[in-house]
Amino acid sequence: MTAPPTAPPATADDEREPEVRAKAGDPFDRDVLPTPPRATSALLRSLLAPMKARVALTSFLLLLQQAAVQAGPLLVAYAIDSAVPAFRDDRHGPLIAVGVTYLLCSVASGGLQYAFVRASARVNQDVLLDLRGRIFRHAQALSVDFHERYTSGRLISRSTTDVESLRELLNEGLQELITVILSFVYISAMLLWLDLGLGAVAVASFLPLYLLVRNYRRRAGRVYTLRSTAIAAVIVKFVETMNGIRPVRAFRREAANDAEFAVLNKRHERTNGDALLEMARYVVGSRLVANTAVALIVLWGAYRVAGGSLELGVLAAAVLYLRRLYDPIDRLGMFLNSYQSAAASLEKIAGLLAQTPSVPEPVAPRELPPLESEHPGREVVFDGVRFGYRTGGEILPRFDLSLPAGQTVAVVGSTGAGKSTLAKLLARFYDPTAGRVLLDGVDLRDLSVPELRRGVVMVTQEAFLFSGTVADNIAIGRPDASREEIERAAKAIGAHEFISALPDGYDTDVRKRGGRISAGQRQLVAFARALLADPAVLILDEATSSLDIPGERAVQRAMSTVLHGRTAVVIAHRLSTVEIADRVLVMEHGRIVEDGPPAELIAGTGRFADLHRAWRDSLA
Amino acid sequence: MSTTRATSGKRSAVRTLLRLWPYVRPVRARLFTAAFVAVLASCTGLVIPLVLKWMVDGPVADRDPAGVWLGALFLLLLGFGEALLFGLRRWLVARPLSHVEAEMRADLYGHLQRLPVAFHDRWASGQLLSRGTTDLMLLRMFLAFPLTFLLVNSVTILVGVIIMLIQDWTLGLVILAPAVPVIVSCLLFEQRYSSVARQAQDQVGDLTTVVEESVLGIRIIKGFGRHRSQARAFWELSRTLRGTELRKARLLAAILTVIVTLPEVAIGVALVLGSVQVADGELSAGTLVAFLSTALALRWPIDSIGFLLAMSQDAASATERYFEVMDEAPEDASVAGSAGARGKGLQFHNVRFRYPDAAPDAPPTLDRVDLHIRPGESMALVGATGSGKTTLTALVPRLHELTDGRITLDGEDITAMSREELRSLVAMAFEEPTLFSASVGENVLMGADDHELDRALSIAQADFAHALPQGTDTRIGEQGLSLSGGQRQRLALARAVVGRPRFLVLDDPLSALDVHTEAAVEAALRDVLADTTALIVAHRPSTVLLADRVALLSEGRITAVGTHQELLRTNAEYAHLMSGSEETGDAR
Repeated sequence: MTAPPTAPPATADDEREPEVRAKAGDPFDRDVLPTPPRATSALLRSLLAPMKARVALTSFLLLLQQAAVQAGPLLVAYAIDSAVPAFRDDRHGPLIAVGVTYLLCSVASGGLQYAFVRASARVNQDVLLDLRGRIFRHAQALSVDFHERYTSGRLISRSTTDVESLRELLNEGLQELITVILSFVYISAMLLWLDLGLGAVAVASFLPLYLLVRNYRRRAGRVYTLRSTAIAAVIVKFVETMNGIRPVRAFRREAANDAEFAVLNKRHERTNGDALLEMARYVVGSRLVANTAVALIVLWGAYRVAGGSLELGVLAAAVLYLRRLYDPIDRLGMFLNSYQSAAASLEKIAGLLAQTPSVPEPVAPRELPPLESEHPGREVVFDGVRFGYRTGGEILPRFDLSLPAGQTVAVVGSTGAGKSTLAKLLARFYDPTAGRVLLDGVDLRDLSVPELRRGVVMVTQEAFLFSGTVADNIAIGRPDASREEIERAAKAIGAHEFISALPDGYDTDVRKRGGRISAGQRQLVAFARALLADPAVLILDEATSSLDIPGERAVQRAMSTVLHGRTAVVIAHRLSTVEIADRVLVMEHGRIVEDGPPAELIAGTGRFADLHRAWRDSLA
Repeated sequence: MSTTRATSGKRSAVRTLLRLWPYVRPVRARLFTAAFVAVLASCTGLVIPLVLKWMVDGPVADRDPAGVWLGALFLLLLGFGEALLFGLRRWLVARPLSHVEAEMRADLYGHLQRLPVAFHDRWASGQLLSRGTTDLMLLRMFLAFPLTFLLVNSVTILVGVIIMLIQDWTLGLVILAPAVPVIVSCLLFEQRYSSVARQAQDQVGDLTTVVEESVLGIRIIKGFGRHRSQARAFWELSRTLRGTELRKARLLAAILTVIVTLPEVAIGVALVLGSVQVADGELSAGTLVAFLSTALALRWPIDSIGFLLAMSQDAASATERYFEVMDEAPEDASVAGSAGARGKGLQFHNVRFRYPDAAPDAPPTLDRVDLHIRPGESMALVGATGSGKTTLTALVPRLHELTDGRITLDGEDITAMSREELRSLVAMAFEEPTLFSASVGENVLMGADDHELDRALSIAQADFAHALPQGTDTRIGEQGLSLSGGQRQRLALARAVVGRPRFLVLDDPLSALDVHTEAAVEAALRDVLADTTALIVAHRPSTVLLADRVALLSEGRITAVGTHQELLRTNAEYAHLMSGSEETGDAR
């Protein structure tokens, strides 16, 4: 199900597949959204900026800690070269001083380590909290159109595995990096101070190390990008299968899915292995350079001690320092490791965050004018509206429509006539390509979200339930509603009966996507939700499709009171809805072809009369 | 929120981790070799101080330049050896470990696909996903580092300590002194850390669930302008997670402090004592240098133990979470049930069904259901919202298991055949038309022969598929979101009829269609239904008329069977359901 039939057979060739698809597909297919240059580092900077002070404090703690740690070999050198001869002369002071200093340094390094781990954990967690929140809020702000194209699996992998790789970088990586840099600086300085020549050799060894690191970075960067794309594909497949488990089972797709998953999984396995091998290559290289440098320095140092131009203690200290100097190179590799994988992830996150919501919130929101009558309804005007999807093709050619406050309008027409587009424009799921949609004279684009949702609420056919209780789900309409108001809404719509019959009544957990609540019952919950929201304009898009006839009747009865005085747009295939409408619009190819009160249209000879006859026949 | 809190109690990290063995077994040779190589490499590092000692006490003290050269050459060789061995270790495990991770993921995926549908109703897919991704990555890292290095470090520390004891046993004992307190603190740490680690992982799972729901329910969130409150819920969960992570960090900081400080103090003491001994001439300068460089060379192995233990704990709870799901029994494949040929068609015999997680005192969802659909007959199933229609349909392909009673297909008990066989006989269209990220054709065929595609599309009036940009090869997004509800429903219907199944179960298949399309689909379906045994959940008279007879399901029982006209005349509840008129005498 994953490989399009035109793709090469996914065995030996599939390493090349991303490129093949890169040329063919649009950015969404490749999971590579255009990321502005430098967006990744800008994102990282903006995450760290608010905690500059704490980052500085954390670095300072590490600075002190490293100083305490790196004092050790120096004390050893002093002990061997000065304290021991002094002790022989019965001067115990220097050795006692060495001992005390060493103990102080140990305790200090332990204490500082404690402080550092805690301080850095706080910084890290705050950065992650910030980032998680940003991704979440941004994803929520992006338009429905975007969500339809980006797929939920990718969005989930942005906020899980990609955040996770940044967590690894912060938790281990950054500490490593700072430690590595600090110890390089400290130790080089110590070596140079102990002996200029030996120090110079050590510093010279940095050049090949630098080249190695650079080379590794370049090679690993490629591998990591591939790997993170591979895991995202795995996630998409995983989520999709689990969410569609019923058809998967009923159509015996298990084996076929296993095979498709295996292809994606293998690709991830391979890139993962490649990444680990790059690391192995780097470790060998850096170790070779380091160990060669140690051998050279010892050779030269020992030669000079033998020749009498160098103290033994200095050589001992130099050797101890050297071991420490090169120890962190492996860890530098690990840092680069987590850095590369975090960079790949951050780039994708930055790409997501760089998407501008196509339905942005207004900079200077306007308020709706106060209601003139006691009725909650408001006037809706489509003023020269055009709409086409990004992918091209105009769905609504120039479109003008005015719905007076309090009118209930039924919109009918065949599939693809533009009914849902009309509803989505009015609910501001999309913005028109041209023209304006006005609510009591105010452009929808000028309304803040809370104001907009006091104005317009839409109930759709797919009645998704969130995990939580039934009451929670209804309260989405108005979070501050009391239990009484929730029950009143449920009663009004005829949902109270079945909810009370649930094991815990309103407090029943709906579990995963309302597994145990039938589609019809879910639609009732969705209605109760809309009722509770008490909007000026209510849009019902196929909202009764899963109800049985008595259920639909009950909803309609409730609606006739609920909709009274409210502006309502009702899209339904079941023309029974029309009975409560004041006006009917028949749409065809994005245009209104008939418009009038239902009775008048039924009596006529137009499309609606046709439709209505067909519908009456279907009721038999 | 989470359905998966661990029953916290005594558990052994080691025993949990041992469960990984079946996955590790195939790569054991490489893994053990790698561990051995790592031990070798690590011990090579310990030989270096000995060479230094030899140089300091020998050629350096004797002013012998040739000896210095020899020593340096030896150091160089050791260095090369160490580098290559460490590289070898990584090379050995790179592919096998990715393989283990992939195998575990594939097993998880395969297993999840075969778990009862009831399991999926209970578990949020975010929790499942976090097991398939983050947890498995943790396990791979565990196999790559802590597993090897806990061994390597122990051996290295042991060898190092022996070397030090041999060189000077008093100093060696001084170095050894902190071992006991360090081990005790590690044990204490392990206990506390494990429960916090598990908690953090569960919270990540909860967070994933919120992310997932807020993406899948985006239209509702936007429709009600609730993205702020959704963001607040997310914010609170992530704050909780942050708190748990900080608790983890606090524990880690404490153990690190112990592990760093105590050995360092011991080295300080050894330095002073050693210096006294050198001054008294009891110890050579070379020995002291070698001793201290050995002690310092052991620093990393000791320091890292805290991290390694923490990673092992994380891995243990990841393992636990992984097997929590893997231990769930899949649909049992046993073929029981007797095969008494008792009449053809689709037959329900005294069927009773209760959801396995329903309260024991709750009435069963379906009770004493008897229904016989004759071969080639189509039966409409009508009932009020929530009367159990969808549940009844799910029993036929065994998406749920009967509590009691039997269902037979042409006389054969459905439990007497394999699910594979059963599901090849029965095709379904679900209330919720789920589509997968694949081409339209693949979505409809679901593995069937593709010459059937056009016929199925035309029956379901889904010919719009040919007009899509790439025709039936057009990929449709996750859950087919870019198609309208009616289009999705027609594809789901095409999917059900594509393989010319003998038995067809349709759950309200036309609810999202407009009147004209519905009429066209009905006309085409009639041909299909003429020789198919079908059960069709229906809400509308028009759908009911597709069927030869109608069964009325009321509060979990079949209360009437007959033709539409008969029932309209004789059954008040049915008349009410079909016309919406206020029936008399029924208390609903």
